[in-house]
Formats: sequence, structure tokens, C-alpha cells
Amino acid sequence: MMENDLAINLARAQFAFTVSFHFLFPAFTIGIASYLAVLEGLWLKTGKGVYANLYRYWLKIFAVVFAMGVVSGIVMSYQFGTNWSVFSDKAGPIIGPLMAYEVLTAFFLEAGFLGVMLFGINKVGRKLHFVATLAVAVGTFISAFWILSVNSWMQTPVGFAINDVGQFVPAAGWWDIVWNPSFPYRLGHTLLAAYLTTAFAVGAVGAWHLLKDKTNLGARKMFSMAMWMAALVAPAQIFMGDLHGLNTLEHQPAKVMAMEGHYQSHPDGAPLILFGIPNSKEKRVDYAIEIPKASSLILKHDLNAPLAGLDTIPDKDEPPVGIVFWSFRIMLGLGFAMLGIGLWSLLARSRKKLYDWPWLHRAALMMGPSGFIAVLAGWVTTEVGRQPFTVYGLLRTSESAAPLDAPAVAASLLAFVVVYFVVFGAGILYLFKLAAKTPGVHEPTPDDAPIRSAGITPAAAVLDGDISERVAT
Amino acid sequence: MNGIDLTVIWAGIIAFAVVVYVIMDGFDLGIGILFPNFKVGPDRDTAMNSIAPVWDGNETWLVLGGGGLLAAFPLAYAIILPALYAPLIAMLLGLVLRGVAFEFRWRDPAHRARWDFAFTAGSVIATFAQGITLGALLQGITIEGRAYAGGWWEWLTPFSLLTGFALLAGYALLGCCWLIWKTEGPLQRQCYSYAGRLGILLLFAIGAVSIATPFLEAQYYTRWLAYPGIIATAQIPLATLIISVLFFRSLSKRQQATPFFYALGLFGLSLIGLGVSMWPDVIPGRVTIWEAAAPYESQMFMLVGAGIMVPIILAYTAWAYWVFRGKVGSDGYH
Repeated sequence: MMENDLAINLARAQFAFTVSFHFLFPAFTIGIASYLAVLEGLWLKTGKGVYANLYRYWLKIFAVVFAMGVVSGIVMSYQFGTNWSVFSDKAGPIIGPLMAYEVLTAFFLEAGFLGVMLFGINKVGRKLHFVATLAVAVGTFISAFWILSVNSWMQTPVGFAINDVGQFVPAAGWWDIVWNPSFPYRLGHTLLAAYLTTAFAVGAVGAWHLLKDKTNLGARKMFSMAMWMAALVAPAQIFMGDLHGLNTLEHQPAKVMAMEGHYQSHPDGAPLILFGIPNSKEKRVDYAIEIPKASSLILKHDLNAPLAGLDTIPDKDEPPVGIVFWSFRIMLGLGFAMLGIGLWSLLARSRKKLYDWPWLHRAALMMGPSGFIAVLAGWVTTEVGRQPFTVYGLLRTSESAAPLDAPAVAASLLAFVVVYFVVFGAGILYLFKLAAKTPGVHEPTPDDAPIRSAGITPAAAVLDGDISERVAT
Repeated sequence: MNGIDLTVIWAGIIAFAVVVYVIMDGFDLGIGILFPNFKVGPDRDTAMNSIAPVWDGNETWLVLGGGGLLAAFPLAYAIILPALYAPLIAMLLGLVLRGVAFEFRWRDPAHRARWDFAFTAGSVIATFAQGITLGALLQGITIEGRAYAGGWWEWLTPFSLLTGFALLAGYALLGCCWLIWKTEGPLQRQCYSYAGRLGILLLFAIGAVSIATPFLEAQYYTRWLAYPGIIATAQIPLATLIISVLFFRSLSKRQQATPFFYALGLFGLSLIGLGVSMWPDVIPGRVTIWEAAAPYESQMFMLVGAGIMVPIILAYTAWAYWVFRGKVGSDGYH
């Protein structure tokens, strides 16, 4: 049993590691793909060179991120079977078809049009190239749709029966399974998170270049667009997150109890614990700073509404409180910091100082990684918060793992850690190098870039031709 | 089941995905295997450019094969993947290494040699691991109840190593023929000189695997060598022989596209042979496709999606290949 526990914990660590690394990339590509579609659309509509240059600038970054997303994603599609085979056998008849739809409707679409998007503009012309960009952007969205439906079904399973060999099989219609109770909220929350992540990454790159040269047209444009997104999407995300939280309270109350640090029930109004140190042994939050009754107000919209605590949940069904409590606060804190930047940018914009306030630019630069951290913290909250189950309330994580020896899982975990840090570490370094290049008119054009006559840098092949004249006009 | 056996249809769809994967990712993995032999500079850039726009789509068929197996035959997915744990993890890491090399080698000219090495190492590891996976599946897997019950080295046998090497030779040949088709000049001449030797190597490998296979399982022996089945099965080696002759003739005539298609033919026949051995099992000798099948509702739901989407996918994939038709230059696509 000890041996078995070790193997399962190693498998959990491996899944957490590979999925966390993986999700950083789609969280970015979902956003950049849409951003690129907007940029190319604006270029085609207005003919302004600044959009073409920004498109080319972000396309190079997109290509690197996308490649990392693809290869780390293939790993995920096999991890279900290699490490969680019992789960795959039992849940396969329900989640398998949803993932197959993801492959059929999203992965092929992205991969099929990516080649044209990166290399094909001079082969297919601008209009078809724009179609390819749109197809890739739509593909990232469809991919998120299906995989979040799968994840949501695992959190809020509906529409199934259990057959005589213990498999979850579809019993109601597929519509109910796909649109399971937590799915719309998780989809909305995750897509907005991807847009915010991208907005703050783009904003930080713009801010960096504005700090060096506030007249740079490309930097101004990307910073302005990013700050519009921050100002509009951050409040929308806080609203969406609240809805998602209420949905979680309805379907996975133990997760919300852990998020709130409510070890005990509060029959007449639960406090909102801002900070504190969860103490699971004593079942209390030490050094808590709390606002009386505010939790009941947020979750039940009534100061005196009773809220149940973890004392109503059997110990063996409780999630680990400490991790969930902290990851939730990290996500929330960053969310409000994003809102702050968004409002600050609105103030600057209203005073026509958007490009002139270096402290705003410094703050935006600091917030560059905020989306990535918030997205990971959010996923940690929801995934650790639904423990100890893989299919919520029905299939335990400890009963889902593959029959593997601990040394096999330990060796593979080590291999993943080494390869991911080397490969994706290098990739992230290249992203910084690309983002450090000054955008805009200083982009090399075909004539003064001899390197490309010897070999192509993939994304640089795009939008060649008439850029130089268009920038000049 | 309304007269139509969805399980058979799904076995066909997954077999189709595997065949398309082997053909398409086969040639781009093959280019990775051959890569160190190409001169640094324009030759390597040309070889890379010839697959850069399509490799991602090619690899997606592997995800469809794996995802389709989970969806249509969850029990098989749940047994095979843990049984082949080490080679599959190695394959995934190999695909990571080679996949990022497509972008990274352009991003970091100072370390291009390192990413070229990663491209080759990843391609070789992924190919060898896929070959081992195939051999390990053919030689049989220990099962207890609904789970794999062997150790984590059970896959490692002389036979699985043989299939690993066979696939290396096969993918290298496909990559070589792809470059004959897509390039010209010194690189093409180099590939012509490799193709003949790789063809001979592959035929030896096919021969060795074919001779060894019937002795792995009684089921294979009776199917391949007992009368009257042998009358049907003998057509496969016969066809292999004919295509081999045509392949070498096309090489000596310096034809450009046809060697690639004859090489595909050799692959196709090997895969048909694999089908003859396995049918109707998904795990040979242990689990049939019907035992592993997902319920009717799952298979039907997916069939609607596959029926609509696969033709569309094939259409736009064909379009993407059409866009990048013709000879590739080292100066890329502008």
C-alpha cells in the first residue's frame, strides 16, 4: 500500500507538472490568435502599416508559443492513459468522445491552417491568408470549448449511468453531458482569463518599449490596445468569477469551504477571511483577518445567511485546505491588481497621458506575468479543490491511477522535468528575445534582411512585399 | 445494432488514422533521422522548409489515433498505454524535442547546431519508440482483469527492438523519397544515393519481421502459414516484391515523385500485414475490438462528428499541401 501511495503521488506530481506547463501556452495562444486576427483585419481594412508590422511582430512570438503548446499538448493526450488508465477505462465512454471532437474540430483546424498562416501569404494572397488566421483563432476557441467541457464534466458529472463493469456510460443526451452545470461558467472564466493573460503580456511588451521610446508607433498601438482589453475584460472577469464561484458553491461546496477557509459552519453569517494561515490539524485559520458576515453576503447575498463549513464534510472527502486557500487568494489579488491597472489606464487615457506616465508603464511591465500566474493559481484552486476525486464524488483519485511501479513513474517524472525545463526554458528565453526587439518601423524589410535569403525565419516570411511602402505612407 | 457494427467502423477509422499518421509523420520524422547527413546551410534549411508548413498537421493524426482509441476502445487504451509506458513516454519526449526545433533553430542561430541535434535525436527516439510499441503490441501483453499486469520492462525483447530498427529504416526511406520529390540539385542527388540503400535495408527489415511474426503467437502462425489461408496471405509478400522492383526501377530512372509513392506502397502492405495478424483483436490474442468497445451511444455520437469532419479535414489538408506544392528552395516561401 505504501508503494502504491508513492506511485500515485508521483503520478499526480507528473500530471500537475505537465498540465501546468502545458496550460501556460494555450492561455497565451488563445489570446494572441484572436489578437492577430484583429490586427490583420485592421490592416486589411485600413491599410495602415502599423497593423501589418504588429501582426508580424506578434506572429513570430505566436509561432514559438504555439509550437510549445502543440508538443506539450500531445503529452497530455497520452498521459490520461499512461498514468491514469483506470480513470480512462471508466470515464472513457464519456470524456473520450468529447476529446475526439476536440481533435476533429480544433486541432486539425489549427494545424491545417497554421502552415498557411506562417508561410503562405505570398502563395494564397491576403484574403485567404486572413481566412487562415481566422481559422487558427477559431480553432483555439473550439479547442478550449471541448477540453473545458471534459474538465467540467469531471467536476460536475451528469447524464451518465454506471454499467456492469463500472464504466461511466452516456445515459441522457450528449447535450446535457457537454453543457454540464459548471461548463458555461468555466468556459467563460477561462476564455476571459486567456484574453487577460494576453492583454497583460502584450501590455508589458508595449510598456517596455514605451519606457525606452514613447514615440514608437508600434509600442503605442500595442500598449493602447492592451490597456483597452485590461480596462474592459478585468471587470468582466471579476463578475464572471463571482458567477463561477456561486456555481461551485452549488455543486462543489467543499471546494468553496476550502477557498474561504471555513473549517466550521456559521449558522448566522460567515466571515470573509482576507488572510490567515489555515491549520488543518486544529481545523481553524490562525491569525485570521476577517470581515464579519461578508462571506455570507458575497456567496448568499444576505448578511445573516447560514454557511456550512468543512465540519459537515467527512474527513476523507475533504480537499487540502491550505493550497486551495492560498492559490485562490493569489488569483483574486492579481485579478484586482489587473482591474487597478485597467482603471489607471482609463484615467491616463482620459487625460491624454496614456503614453506619458512612466509609472503606469512600469506597473504594466511588472504585471506582464500576472495573467500566467493568475491562470495557474485558478487552476490549482479548482483542481486541488475537487480532490480527492477525479470524477467528483464518484471516482477517487487514488482509485484512478495506472498499475505502474513507483520507479517507472519517478523516472518519467524526472525525464519530463529535465526536458521541459531545458526545452521550454530555452523557448521562453527566445520569447523574451523576440519581445525585446523594438517593434514598428524598425522591423527589417525583405531588402535589408539578408539572413532570409539564406534561410527563412518562419514568421518573417509573412506580409513581405509591400510592407516597406505601407509603413512609409 | 441496426445491422451496422459500429465497432468495426471505429476499428476502421482508427486504423485509417494510424495509417495516415505513419505515412505523413513518417516522412517528416524520416527527414529528422537523415538530417545530420545533410550539409549545414542551404541543404538543411531546404529539408526543414519542405516539412515546416505541414508537420503539425501530420502529427495531429497521432492525437486522433490516441484520442480515438480512448473514445472508441477505452479498455484497450487503458491496458496498452501503461503496458508500453517507457517507450511511449520516450516517444512523447522525442516529439517535444523535435517539434520545438522547427521554430527554435531559426530563433537562435548561435545554437542552431544544438537544435538540429535535438531535431535528429527527437526524431530517432520517437521513431524507435513507435517501432518498439508496435512490436511489443504484436508480441503480446500480460493482462489481469481489466488492467495491465506485467512489469515495466515487459516490452523490451529482441523482436520489439527489431521492429524499432525496421521503423527507423522505413521512416528514413519515406523522408528520403519526400526530399527527392520536393528538392533539386545536390540535396536531391544525395537523397537518390541514399534511397537505394535504405530501400534494401527496409526490405531486409520487413523480411525479418515477417519471418519472426508467425512464431510469436499460434494465431499468427495459422493465419499466415496454414492452408488455405496462405493462398490469400501469400499475396502480400508477392505484392511487396512487385512494388520493390518498381521502386528500384523508378530510382534508377531518376523519377521524382514515384519513388515516394512506391515507398508508401511498401508501408501500406506492411500495415495490411499487421492488420491480418491482429484482426479482430485490438490487443492480439487477449482483447477483441468488441470486448474493448465503448457503448453504442459513445461510438454513434463520435461517428457523426467523424463522418462530417474527416472529409473536411482531408479537404483542407490537401489544400494546404497544394499551396506548398512544387520544389522547395532554401530561401523559403517568398
